[in-house]
Amino acid sequence: MVKKNYTYLIMVIPAFVIFFTFHTYPALQGIFYSFTDYKGYGNWDFVGLKNYFNVFQDGRALSAYGFTFQFAITATILVNIVSLLIAMGLNANIKFRKTLRATYFLPFILSVLIVGYIFKFMFTHLLPDMGKALGIEMLSSNILGNPDLAWIGVVILAVWQSAAFNTLLYLAGLSTIENELYEAADIDGAGSWKKFWKITFPLIAPFFTINMVVAMKNFLMAFDQIVALTGGGPGQATESISLLIYRGGFEGGEFAYQSANAVVYFIVIVVISLIQLRVLERREVK
Amino acid sequence: MTGKKNWKVTALLILGSLFIFFPLYLTITIAFKTPQEMSRNLLALPESWSISNFITAIEMTNFFRALGNSVFVTVITVVLVLLTHSLVAYAIARNMHKKFYKFLYFYFISAMFIPFPIIMLPIVKQTSMWGMDNLIGLAFLNVVMQLAFNVFVYVGFLKSIPVQLEEAAIIDGATTWQLFWKIIFPIMKPMHATVAILTALFAWNDFMLPLVILSDSSQYTLPLVQYAFQGQFSTDYNLAFASYLMAMLPMIIIYIFAQKWIIGGVMRGSLK
Repeated sequence: MVKKNYTYLIMVIPAFVIFFTFHTYPALQGIFYSFTDYKGYGNWDFVGLKNYFNVFQDGRALSAYGFTFQFAITATILVNIVSLLIAMGLNANIKFRKTLRATYFLPFILSVLIVGYIFKFMFTHLLPDMGKALGIEMLSSNILGNPDLAWIGVVILAVWQSAAFNTLLYLAGLSTIENELYEAADIDGAGSWKKFWKITFPLIAPFFTINMVVAMKNFLMAFDQIVALTGGGPGQATESISLLIYRGGFEGGEFAYQSANAVVYFIVIVVISLIQLRVLERREVK
Repeated sequence: MTGKKNWKVTALLILGSLFIFFPLYLTITIAFKTPQEMSRNLLALPESWSISNFITAIEMTNFFRALGNSVFVTVITVVLVLLTHSLVAYAIARNMHKKFYKFLYFYFISAMFIPFPIIMLPIVKQTSMWGMDNLIGLAFLNVVMQLAFNVFVYVGFLKSIPVQLEEAAIIDGATTWQLFWKIIFPIMKPMHATVAILTALFAWNDFMLPLVILSDSSQYTLPLVQYAFQGQFSTDYNLAFASYLMAMLPMIIIYIFAQKWIIGGVMRGSLK
């Protein structure tokens, strides 16, 4: 028995050491430096909580949080509505089911960055051209060049790409519902609307929870989409928190300051995920 | 499935799939056109399917080198992940009743909630200091970053495998190592598929980690090359789209042939 314990330990100890060295240790370093004035090179001193106070007073950081929340919340809601609709469609008794399912899942395998570049072209050239040709005022200018509308472009790209995975999850959830339930509801004379809210939605509640939490978490970390589509612009209108940390940390010599920002960001993500889980799971139990 | 086909929903879904195909249609047609053709009609099919854009893009971006880099990182990452993560998950899953292993489990999977930017700045310093700012280092970091999710998925799967099987082998005198490689590793095949697919997609399409880790542009992966050449593509969209198309093509081709397997694998992972 003692010998067996030893083998298991050999299996996990290297992983533990490597994981600590390349994940936990850098994270701790980041937290450590967030209390200093380290620029990424040279000498440094402790500055206490100064960086943290500055994050909350920094217009650029606050606007990054504002944009990231606005984008993440909108995209999470839209992605869940769109993917649930697609999943219900794919779950119906349709023709070409396999082909359609493969089609709707396709965006999942593509590089977010490259798809972003393609969408950028559509927003800057195709849509304005079409808008002018059809005389639609709203489309005739490039929305990515408008500080008030650029975020909508990011939402559209995010929904296009992320709906694939969420659809698959909902599809997995829908396939667990017995057909008899709907048949019984038919006999009782329930309409589609009622069937959805009384049968479908409650039964896929766990999948709804996962989808909301995962989508929200991913969107809060958005980086590729924004680099490809707007580069954070126009101005800093679509600068996400990840992008700000990247830029400030590597290009702006703000190692310590952006580390503090990253710690705040980390806490925000954990708190939001926990709140979501709490709220959504409580609803599930009902 | 039997019964009457729902044609209304089928039609709606086909209509909706145009949204998926349209950007791809645009990419393919623009990649084959000349700038003159494009200025005439953006949406039309190319008049002559000229491959000159592709040839220019291949030379300009050194496509095959980038392709090689992407393949290299993806293959190394996937192989290492399959061999090591399954082993770690096995040791954890069979010792969950012990405090240390239970701690390890939660320690590893808690990393799923740690956003990359919090480790980004220190890890870049660390990797460049240790000479890991190259493809091998990138693959290695990929393995570290994927550990959380993969351990979660593997442990979930291992819980469903009865221990009796292993007990019988132990009575026959098998060591824990033999047990793992001869019995457990093969049994985990469906999970290996899931893990391999998700890891490969991550390693292939990832942009942020290569961006901050790789210092030498000759080691850039396909997405990173598209980023690095934005300035040079400038307004030559035909050239840019030819390059994008080639960068996406390997995955699309694999997907066309293995879509059932890929979707099944991802679905299995998501049910855990």
